[in-house]
Amino acid sequence: MTEVQRHDYDVVVIGAGGAGLRAAIEARALGRRTAIVCKSLFGKAHTVMAEGGIAASMGNANPGDNWQVHFRDTMRGGKFLNNWRMAELHAQEAPDRVWELETYGALFDRTKDGKISQRNFGGHQYPRLAHVGDRTGLELIRTLQQKIVSLQQEDFAATGDYESMIKVFAECTITELLTSAPTGAPGSAGVIAGAFGYWRETGRFVVFNAPAVVLATGGIGKSFKVTSNSWEYTGDGHALALRAGANLINMEFIQFHPTGMVWPPSVKGILVTESVRGDGGVLRNSEGKRFMFDYIPEVFADNYATSEDEADRWYDDPENNRRPPELLPRDEVARAINSEVKAGRNSPHGGVLLDVSSRLPAEEIIRRLPSMHHQFKELADVDITAEPMEVGPTCHYVMGGVQIEADTAAAVGVPGLFAAGEVAGGMHGSNRLGGNSLSDLLVFGRRAGLGAAYYGIRLNGHRPAVDEAAVEAAGQRALVPFAEVAADAGPGVTGENPYTVHMELQQTMNDLVGIIRKADEMELALKKLEELAQRAARVEVEGHRQFNPGWHLALDLRNMLLVSVCVAKTALERTESRGGHTREDFPLMDAQWRNVLLVCAGATADELSVTHEDQTPMRQDLMDLLELDELKKYFTGEELAEHRARAPR
Amino acid sequence: MPHPVATTDAPAPRAQIQARTLRTDRWWLSPLVQAGALTVLLGYVVVRLFMREYYWVDQFNYLTPLYSPCLSEACTPGSAHFGTFLPDLPVWIPLPIIVFPILLGFRATCYYYRKATYRSLLLSPQACAVREPHRRYSGESRFPLVLMNSHRYFFYAASALLLINTYDAVQAFFPRSGGFGIGLGSIILLANVGLLWAYTLSCHACRHILGGRLRHFSKHPIRYRLWSLLSRINGKHMQFAWISLVSVTLTDVYIMAVSAGWISDLRLFN
Amino acid sequence: MSYWAHLRVWRGDAEDGQLVDYPVEVNEGEVVLDIVHRLQQTEAGDLAVRWNCKAGKCGSCSAEINGRPRLLCMTRMNTFAEDEVITITPLRAFPVIRDLVTDVSYNYAKAREIPSFAPPAGLEPGEYRMQQVDVERSQEFRKCIECFLCQDTCHVVRDHEENKTAFAGPRYLMRIAELDMHPLDARDRQREAQEEHGLGYCNITKCCTEVCPEHIQITDNALIPLKERVVDRKYDPVVWLGNKILRRGDKRVR
Repeated sequence: MTEVQRHDYDVVVIGAGGAGLRAAIEARALGRRTAIVCKSLFGKAHTVMAEGGIAASMGNANPGDNWQVHFRDTMRGGKFLNNWRMAELHAQEAPDRVWELETYGALFDRTKDGKISQRNFGGHQYPRLAHVGDRTGLELIRTLQQKIVSLQQEDFAATGDYESMIKVFAECTITELLTSAPTGAPGSAGVIAGAFGYWRETGRFVVFNAPAVVLATGGIGKSFKVTSNSWEYTGDGHALALRAGANLINMEFIQFHPTGMVWPPSVKGILVTESVRGDGGVLRNSEGKRFMFDYIPEVFADNYATSEDEADRWYDDPENNRRPPELLPRDEVARAINSEVKAGRNSPHGGVLLDVSSRLPAEEIIRRLPSMHHQFKELADVDITAEPMEVGPTCHYVMGGVQIEADTAAAVGVPGLFAAGEVAGGMHGSNRLGGNSLSDLLVFGRRAGLGAAYYGIRLNGHRPAVDEAAVEAAGQRALVPFAEVAADAGPGVTGENPYTVHMELQQTMNDLVGIIRKADEMELALKKLEELAQRAARVEVEGHRQFNPGWHLALDLRNMLLVSVCVAKTALERTESRGGHTREDFPLMDAQWRNVLLVCAGATADELSVTHEDQTPMRQDLMDLLELDELKKYFTGEELAEHRARAPR
Repeated sequence: MPHPVATTDAPAPRAQIQARTLRTDRWWLSPLVQAGALTVLLGYVVVRLFMREYYWVDQFNYLTPLYSPCLSEACTPGSAHFGTFLPDLPVWIPLPIIVFPILLGFRATCYYYRKATYRSLLLSPQACAVREPHRRYSGESRFPLVLMNSHRYFFYAASALLLINTYDAVQAFFPRSGGFGIGLGSIILLANVGLLWAYTLSCHACRHILGGRLRHFSKHPIRYRLWSLLSRINGKHMQFAWISLVSVTLTDVYIMAVSAGWISDLRLFN
Repeated sequence: MSYWAHLRVWRGDAEDGQLVDYPVEVNEGEVVLDIVHRLQQTEAGDLAVRWNCKAGKCGSCSAEINGRPRLLCMTRMNTFAEDEVITITPLRAFPVIRDLVTDVSYNYAKAREIPSFAPPAGLEPGEYRMQQVDVERSQEFRKCIECFLCQDTCHVVRDHEENKTAFAGPRYLMRIAELDMHPLDARDRQREAQEEHGLGYCNITKCCTEVCPEHIQITDNALIPLKERVVDRKYDPVVWLGNKILRRGDKRVR
């Protein structure tokens, strides 16, 4: 095989978004030499796309806010399928993680008394999102990026080398995790020993030797046609984890953000931030009706306004009025829009109307929503201060991901592997609240960095060795798309175009495993995915290895296909509707399913298994934070036996 | 970044595109027009500086801003409002030997005129993304262009001159015959002073000195409001730069014409 | 609604390259990046181009369209006549890697040379108090998506490779301005802006402001105010004397 570059590190972080950078900062703080490996340039990660804010119960806007309220909101939003320990840690630690950003140089919008301003968002009881206009994700990524640079400057002052402790390997794609060679001794196999990848620029291979790897690769949205996600979101981390022997959970739960652009076609899916609604924007159908009042589900009936007057009063007087239903959790709003469109009450280009122009003065809109104003003006020729936006659901976020231990972010089943951010599963249950993603990145990014650092320290110098045979195999596999499809592969068999296969995959997932699902459609999807996998194996690319996007896509396809099968299989298995999983054939939520996690395992689509696993019962003190009446809507009777309202004191 | 640090100092090659620019619009038009306008206006002013006449209309108290204040013993009787500190100057020294360098310096070091002259006269660069013809470039990092940093002194001096111009404009409403009077000339002088104030106050140095240099606006609310106001007119600095330059010229032309008797001032009142 | 556009794309690498003509189909509402993608899907599968978000938020797809630095994803096809030849070339100020992809490491190197935010002594996390009016100036600069179009268009380095050592470029001079205006930053940055990062090279011809896809007023709000602050520090004896007499040693206190 061709020459392979080698690097030794204590911790390798894959992905340079919020979670990855925060993990790297923490690992470096503990004295671990850390590599950050990312597919794009440094600072371009998908985190920049986050708009609304970071949820943290700092209580700046409403002193009644605290971690318990945030915890409750998160669990409610996830329909109580969440890993409660993660939700607890997240709610408790989010404020510290936000305040810490200020010491890195972040400049959030301020309240009158100089604290961090907090805004309303769907599903959050109080104004809770620290924000910078509608470009909070950019602020987060830039702040963390600049913190990394600042650490590198410290290292330069100490050692004369900027990269002595943290090095960013930009435009470098990891294609395999490497585990130690089986020695026969019990427990020696399946331990993380490094990672294999290639430089996008040169096509040259690279091996990282490292005892601890943090996955922070984000989501899987590029498997769907209408998506707010960038090309990077090909489910790499999910697939790497599966192939290394880890489990994925909750993969059936995919969040369709209710408001994506629908026109023009080339921008279909690009996100329209939830802040539009948080700051007063309302949804109307073609008849001009605020239809969300018709879609308030039973479980949320007590918390949402039933008349337009009450809803409008809430913006100024949240104490005495209930919230407008436009601020229901995202899954509810997305389904409502979907129903309106199906009923024919859609806007000219097949969405609904999101109107902020009649609700706020033009100047205020430009101040609060500058990127939205810019985005619509540049891309759709629409002035949002004068006319409504056309919006519709778009694939936005995957709640599912690598099964981890909440406290350390260590992947279950694979020593040395850690996961944080969107690639980790459990935290958000069946549906994520807006704003909980950025805080998740910071809280679990830090914990993964800690976990990986301590894991390495505890190895005491006994670093597992990379299995050289696996390196060889990974290299050969990566070069397959350059080989011509052999003439003897069969009559009429020709090389496939990776772009074509990708587009068909996106269409399949969009149409058959999309926002509303049915058993027969998903069975069809699985069949199509199998065909696509066969075609993907015959993908042929032109040109050479130097910065060749066709080749890069061909390699990413393998991950997208594996993860898509996982999504389709689990979605078929869960015969209820909950959060980001809606079954037309099983439209109701079922308390028997609440406790069940669907666990995906297997290195290839053929080996992929889905098993049921019970959740750990929620700690009683956390359970007692919620009222019995509400819990009854989700939990079975036995699960609530010990609740404070029932248990004798 | 992927590669280890290069072992030679030779910069990695750029894409080999020979064309000076691939722009397809008429990028050369704007610098050409600017160069033309600046040359014509500067040429006119230089001629006027050496004319030594037709700058004062005694009957109506009109003094052209180009010669204000007139400080030499050679000044036409009545035109030297602030005394004659300077002796009778030889013909090759213009009468506004103090005034003109201040006006020129203020405009030459102005952040907008710097842009205009660097682009249109020095061709560095002539237009964005158009290769400049110079082999080396050090900009304002060393002598002589480092002197551009003196802008604020010219701003102080030009502001003082502008106060005098304002006094002149007021005087123009009080003709020799006594009482109050309005002529086209006095209106032109007043309008010109207004435009000069707009240009001077929208200056970047002014914006900095009055507010921009603060670190905490919240501790200086009045200066913050002033800065906000100046920032708004600062956005129109380019427009004010051109309009006021043309207005000064036209004002001078008008006064020259009246003074020389080519036309008579249009009197509106008294 | 659709028509065929005449695209001319620079293909090549560090050794060699040329403009190649392609006819490509264009549909309503599309941007140049859509057309480049269509080209990849059909005729040129290995055409190298950087892109990520396709929504003008990440600043990856920077290139030059008809000679002007632009984001491919924010340039709509209907800004061109249907019969117009659309020429797409890589950023000219940086070494080319392949096709439309350039080596932008100059920018990352410069980023590392700018001293980072210096947290104020004695303030713990959570104790930071700042007024909105005091953060707004720096917030404007933090809208920067690091597309490096300003770095590319600036003639100081675009036309003079040798200036790259001495000149940080508009993006990083703006970063200094951002930190200098940060209400709590504890470092004195004004002298070093001029002496170490090449502020003096800037001759405020405003090309950086013209290309900024975020419409940041780089020249008027960052570079000129920074130049004025440098004048305060280096070239203004009045300010120096005032500070001496009033014993205002440091600008930090104001």
